[in-house]
Amino acid sequence: MDFLNGITLIANYIIIPGLTYGSQLALGALGITIIYTVLRFSNFAHGEFMSFGTMTSILLTWLFSNLGIKLGIFPTAILVLPIAILITIFYCLIIDKFVFKFYRQQKSKSVITLIVSIGVMFFSGGLIRFIIGPGDKNFFDGERFILKAKTFKALTGLNEGLAIKTTQGVTIILTILLVFLLFWFLNKTKTGKSMRAYSDNQELALLSGINPEKVVLITWIITGTLACVAGTLYGLDKSYKPFTYLHLVLPIFAAAIVGGVGNPVGAIIGGFVIAFSELFITFAYKKIFYYLLPYEIVPNGLLQILSTDYKIAVSFIILVLVLLIKPTGIYKGKVI
Amino acid sequence: MQNKNYILQLFSCMFLMLLLVGFFQSWNLALSIFNLCIISAIMSLGINIQWGNAGIVNFGVMGFAALGGLANVIISMPPTLNAWEEGGILILSGIVTFIISIFCSIYLWKKLNIDKKKKYVITSIIIATSYFLMRYIIDIPILTIESIEPAKTGYLGGFDLPVIISWPIGGLLAALTAYAIGKIALGLRSDYLAIATLGISEIIIYVLKNEDWLSRGVKNVNGLPRPVPYEIELQSKQWVIEIAQFTNVSLPEISSIIVKLSYSFLFIIILIGILILLEIALKSPWGRMMRAIRDNEVSANAMGKNIKKRHLQVFIIGSAIIGIAGAMLTTLDGQFTPVSYQPLRFTFLVWIMVIIGGSGNNFGSIIGGFIIWFFWIQAEPIGLWLIAFITSYVSDSNLIKSHLLENAAHMRLMFMGIILLVTLRFAPKGLIPEVKR
Repeated sequence: MDFLNGITLIANYIIIPGLTYGSQLALGALGITIIYTVLRFSNFAHGEFMSFGTMTSILLTWLFSNLGIKLGIFPTAILVLPIAILITIFYCLIIDKFVFKFYRQQKSKSVITLIVSIGVMFFSGGLIRFIIGPGDKNFFDGERFILKAKTFKALTGLNEGLAIKTTQGVTIILTILLVFLLFWFLNKTKTGKSMRAYSDNQELALLSGINPEKVVLITWIITGTLACVAGTLYGLDKSYKPFTYLHLVLPIFAAAIVGGVGNPVGAIIGGFVIAFSELFITFAYKKIFYYLLPYEIVPNGLLQILSTDYKIAVSFIILVLVLLIKPTGIYKGKVI
Repeated sequence: MQNKNYILQLFSCMFLMLLLVGFFQSWNLALSIFNLCIISAIMSLGINIQWGNAGIVNFGVMGFAALGGLANVIISMPPTLNAWEEGGILILSGIVTFIISIFCSIYLWKKLNIDKKKKYVITSIIIATSYFLMRYIIDIPILTIESIEPAKTGYLGGFDLPVIISWPIGGLLAALTAYAIGKIALGLRSDYLAIATLGISEIIIYVLKNEDWLSRGVKNVNGLPRPVPYEIELQSKQWVIEIAQFTNVSLPEISSIIVKLSYSFLFIIILIGILILLEIALKSPWGRMMRAIRDNEVSANAMGKNIKKRHLQVFIIGSAIIGIAGAMLTTLDGQFTPVSYQPLRFTFLVWIMVIIGGSGNNFGSIIGGFIIWFFWIQAEPIGLWLIAFITSYVSDSNLIKSHLLENAAHMRLMFMGIILLVTLRFAPKGLIPEVKR
């Protein structure tokens, strides 16, 4: 019984939040990786694209709520997501047309494009704060929990509860769906294959009659979709504040690099590695030891490896370690 | 050939703008913008020597500036004596043990001649055990120290020395950190280096936010000593009263103007000193070598230049300059607030300054620092005015108008983005391009 209690404790505080946060990071990291492989630059504006997507979701949610359209127990944001995705893609394409296209045609160094993306980051950040304001926005509606801690306790008779929030369930399911779609697209369809060819060798792809404009267009469509979904899910799960999305860029970059930049599988693995290590390292193990060990042996203190305040710093520490030990990441990337 | 008249024109335009602020808003505001402009200029000089002259992407400005600020606390605050008695020594010895063990593992890594996997295992075991040993030593003293009058002290305190010493010490602290970071990260490709430095600077900020025994964390250290007299003291001086009567300005205002002027004086000396040193360094064979490495690493390497060492050198110098600027900033503020270190305000804004001013040119960096800081502050009133002007035909009760006016302050981010994008597109060399030597 004690053992089961310990397992439930870990599931409740580490596994489910880790899967959720990991999915959000993985979706973000996928966006960054795809931009990196096809367009060859590190996109610092990705966090703001996510923020933009979330903002459109919020505005549409408000609109739909005013019209009285709801999605039952699920948050309305899921219903408006397709429209929000379209708007985010449109924004990405506009930015590409007016900003990134020029540097692509100039064949600028990737550092220059990186600095350009910082300009885009500033602009988008300003635009978003201008439209929706810098404050905290909570746009979750519908049923709060899929599985309540109380119900779980009553069902199993354990001391520890296991709660699954609706947002967590929605995040995990949507991520699986989206990742499945993406991989199907990249590996099975002709357009996806042409995209991989383009990222592998641009000149050769041009010679084989692949239209670069089309590849770029599809890249932005994928990026916009991923950014909007990742941002909205993150915003639903925590709460939306334009400021936090700037700080989300680094964990996302960490995820992409840890997994191996340029490798979609790596990006997903990296997202989960970052999320789980953040939780594992800052979790207070005291209670688990009480369940697993005799009461007397357990030492005083919270038994944390690092205090919870360092949660986000863990991702940076892992990033630095990976860059030190294996800069290519877990999966050696470059080809999609 | 550099057009000296052009540079002079740019600088006089800048001063004219500051004078206009002085005449139309207030002299206090103009002077405080001016002081921060100088600090920004010094920070962008630090980035300029790294990016403009050596091609190193350093996104860690925020961390180095914060270390400069930490130097202020360590140097100038009075020591908390009972904290030292309670366990200051223990904490220091714990940390020293950890650092020694890291050096040991680096030494072993280099010396041991065995399989790489075994090496990883050995070093990670050493570091992990020493980490837990350190935690075992320092956890309890930290709790006791933090509980000593937490509202007032709760930290180790400093050395109670004149605050001006903290400026070079801040540079030194930043330089030491830059040495460690450079050893780790300088081998990376440019965009990885950018992300790595950004990540490390975030780690530094997290440490400063959470290690209360060191600098009180988010509780901030207030009331740092000043290198210049206090307003209250000035107000009782005869000559200040006479000036106030002569210029017909109120006594508090004139005293605060005098304080700000004396800060400006100190800052200008530092700025000019750093500028002269940098100009000499970059005109010397050393500077030519740096630019050669920047333009073509392979051929510079073939000419026998040690690229890794030069990069490390220039990384340390630039970071030290940023550290000095960070220390000056904290002295000017009079308080050390770790929360105020944001990548947007520090790292990225300083980068915009360098790019706008003209990377590779010191004068460009200075004018970039002045212009960007000026607009960063003034974008708010300009944005408000712009929106009020555009919507002047709309009635005041209009919801959209009030929403726009409310959020007009955030136009500054948009301004900065647009300025950066336009510069990169149409004048990628910046306002004052690099001199062809």
